[in-house]
Formats: sequence, structure tokens, C-alpha cells
Amino acid sequence: MDKNFLNDFPILRSKMNRHQIAYLDNGATTQKPESVVRSICGYYGGCNANPHRGVYELSVRATKIYEDARRKVAKFINARPKEIIFTKNATESLNLVAYSYGLNNLRGGDEILITIAEHHSNLVPWQRVAQATGTKLNYIYLNADGNLSQADIDKKLSNRTKILAVTQISNVLGLVNDVKKLAAQAHEVGAVVVVDGAQSVPHIPVDVQNLDADFLAFSGHKMLSPMGIGILYGKRKILEEMPPFLSGGDMIEYVEEQATTYAELPQKFEAGTQNVGGAAGLSAAIDYLQGVGFDNIERIENDLTTYTISELKKLPYVELYGCDAPNKVGIVTFNIKDVHPHDVATILDAEGVAIRAGHHCAQPLMKFLGQNATCRASFYFYNTRRDVERLIEAVQKVRGIMHIA
Amino acid sequence: MLENIYTELIAEHSQSKENRRQLEHATTKERGHNPSCGDEITLELEIADGVIKDAAFSGVGCAISQASTDMMIDLMRGKKIDEAKRLAELFIDMIHGDITDDAELEELDEAAALKNISTMPARVKCATLAWHTLDTAIKGR
Repeated sequence: MDKNFLNDFPILRSKMNRHQIAYLDNGATTQKPESVVRSICGYYGGCNANPHRGVYELSVRATKIYEDARRKVAKFINARPKEIIFTKNATESLNLVAYSYGLNNLRGGDEILITIAEHHSNLVPWQRVAQATGTKLNYIYLNADGNLSQADIDKKLSNRTKILAVTQISNVLGLVNDVKKLAAQAHEVGAVVVVDGAQSVPHIPVDVQNLDADFLAFSGHKMLSPMGIGILYGKRKILEEMPPFLSGGDMIEYVEEQATTYAELPQKFEAGTQNVGGAAGLSAAIDYLQGVGFDNIERIENDLTTYTISELKKLPYVELYGCDAPNKVGIVTFNIKDVHPHDVATILDAEGVAIRAGHHCAQPLMKFLGQNATCRASFYFYNTRRDVERLIEAVQKVRGIMHIA
Repeated sequence: MLENIYTELIAEHSQSKENRRQLEHATTKERGHNPSCGDEITLELEIADGVIKDAAFSGVGCAISQASTDMMIDLMRGKKIDEAKRLAELFIDMIHGDITDDAELEELDEAAALKNISTMPARVKCATLAWHTLDTAIKGR
């Protein structure tokens, strides 16, 4: 019997439309345990000052909280603290790479390779870089089971490819890409590998040394932390050669009237006052996740995912996407025949079940799947089989409420 | 609550094929798009002598947006442009909860049945998509 996580997440005991909430939108954002909320309150209530600047004790304390969080993140993904840059979210992390690395290292004739399963945040920045630098943006397409086509990878990854940007886990299909293998293949042709870890770092152990990723972007809020704190990991050598992204306070060494030299890593990429309260929350979140353990997280999520798929498969009017591949983590995407996902989500909401409906910020993937929109249930370790039962019970009511015989 | 939204009337209109076609003599075509959910409609109008002679639509969306579009077309057929503008505004005000007097809403005919959407902030855009699209299509006419 697993620990009753509800005790740590009071929000999960709250009501939505008079039912206890079954929160199944963890791909969008996760709930926060009390220890994380306490750490944020503790920071603002007892340690708030501008870090890195003041010589007084309070500022030193704020600096320590901020830099301790950086060390903790570094250890969490097996990197060095200098290689951890705090941002607002994974989107900002990916934009940092696109603008600071992409714009300065690509030129006409080069190619950027991404997959059709990317979230808009790992797609639109590359479109803009391609347009600005006159490079070509190529896409890796999928096999029928939703996994990346190896034939397509072999065809499109060439010595013209300068950047391979790929999600480790698709936010729509929940399929885990073999990033380690992809990175090795990309490095053979000299491409830099950018990994979108927004859906992977919260759910599976990620080791950047083992993956040999050049960049890894992820968001705190999808892993129990507050919104507004994100992470970019980059290999030190690459980060050192990149120009700053945002400029201003705290990222400088000397500023003269006409010229500036920049601070060392990681401050070079952290302009302005940073989100120390967010870093405090992130720190507590990592402690909590390590307390639960990834072996438990993976086991619980795998059980919920498998159970959901097998129950939904019993309903002849439900169509599933990417649910037949074994490399699946925590996300079940489906449609109910003749009912639009938004109507499904409204009906589930009335039963206290929170899912996501729409294009999931992945319009090109939706087009590839031939769908305008889908329903998505996404799990975290605090979900239970009861949540899944509630989902299934609500799904069974949908067609009746919609007057479909 | 749900019974007040997904009524048989709404189901009928959302599944109706009558207004879902292309016009032979369309004078105006306008695309409406809801980027947050991906819903998309194309509204076609045949306007002559300041009157909407005919209207039709194509596209995909949820039951609320499809029913709303279908009802709007039923309502607008034969209406003068000025009248159409006024009714579109009335409908949008109703959905935003600014008009609650049922007598005032009678003019909207069956579309008044969508009044309850005003209590569902997440679905307001679904209900108003077609009406905003119409408003854009006849703007300046």
C-alpha cells in the first residue's frame, strides 16, 4: 500500500463541482505539497533580500538559498552547478538556447532537425531562428505506434544538421524517446542536442552525463514547484562560448559607457533580480521527490496508465492515441467518437474530474494525427486507482449527456 | 447544471447539416479561429441590398460552438446588416452576462437558449466564436 499522499497535498482533498477533485492534468502543471508551500512562505517570511548584492546577513541568507537550490538541481540531473541556469520556465530555457546559441551559430545551408511531436515551445523558437538565419527546419515524423521513425531520423540527420531539438517525452502521446541514442547519432554528424525535459524530468530519473545532452530544459511547476522557476542545463564549454540572452543587472563584470564584459557562468545568463522564492520551492520539491523515489513514481504512474488504457479500451466509442507502445509514461490521450474534447472536458468537470482538452500546444502533431483536438489525462504519483475509476465512470456518461444514441 | 447546457435543442443544432454547406453566390467569406482550443469555422454570407440573403458555414468545433453557429445562421437569414450587427452584439452581451432580462433576449429566438453559458467562463469563447466572426465579416458595411 502506497503512502497516502493526500495528507501532503491539501488541494487534492478539496472539491470541484461538489465532488472531491480527481486531478488528471499533471502534464499541464502539478499540485504542490505543503513542504513546498512552507518553503516559499519561509523564504518570504524570514529570508527575503536581494541575493548576490547585499553584504548584510539577510542578503547572504537569500544568496545561500538560491545557490543551494542550484547545487541541488545540479546533483538531481548529474550536472555541475555552473551549468545550471535559472529561468522562468522550460519555454524561456528553450528560447535562451534558440536565441543565444541558434542565432549566433547557424547560417544559410545549415539545418535544424526537430520532431513532429514537439510542444510549441520547442518548435516556434526554431521556426524563428530558421527564418532569421536562412536555415531549413526539418521534421522527424512518427511510426504508426507514435514513436519516432528511425528511417526518417537516418534520412534527415546529416552533416548539414547543426541542431537536433527533441522532447524526451511527448506531452501528448507520453512516449519516451531514446534521447541517449539520438544524441549519439547527432553527435556523430556534429549537431548540438537540445532536449526538452519538461515532461520527463518530473517522472523519470534524468542524468545529463548519461544522455550526453548538450542542453536540457525543464520547468519547476511540472514537478511540484511554484510557477515561474525553470531550468536550463547546458554543457559548460558551450555555455561559455555563447553570448548573453537577456542583459542588465547582475550579469555583468565591468560596464563602461560603450562596452561591457560579462559575468562568469551561470550569472552571465541570469539578468536582473531572480526568483529566489521559486528556487526555495524548487529545492523543497526536489527533496520531496527524492523522498518518494523515482522507482515508486514510475511504478505508480505505470500502474495508473496501464489501468486507464485497459479500461478505456473496453469502451467501443473511445479512440486512443499512442497507447500501444510499451515506452509510455503517465499520459493517456483519447477521443470519444462524435463528441468534441471540450464537451467531454466540461462533462468530466461536472463530475469533479480535471483533464485537458484541446491541441495541447502541439498543433502540428494534431494535424499529423488527423485530429483537431484530443482529451488528455495525465498522472502523477499522488493519483490513485480511484481517480481512474472516476474518470472512466464520467467518460461513460458523456455520450448520454450529449444525446448520442 | 449540465442538463441546462447540453439540451436536446443544442444537440439538434450541433448535429444539424442544413447550414453546413457552401453558398453558390457567397459575397463574403470570413474565417473565425479560437487559438486556445483550435476550433475553426468559415462563415459564408450572401449579402445583397444591405440584407443577408443567405448564410452557411463549414469547420469543426465543440457542440456549443457548432450549435451556436447553426442558430446564428437561422437567425440572421433575411436580416438587414444593421439588424444583424445589433443582434450579434446582443448575443455577445448575453454570453458575457451583461443582459439577463429574458424579454430583451426574445429577439435572439432559439439562440437565447445559450444564455446559461454565461455561467461557464471556460466555454464563453466557444459560444461567441461565430458571432464575432459575423461581426468582423459585416464590419464597415
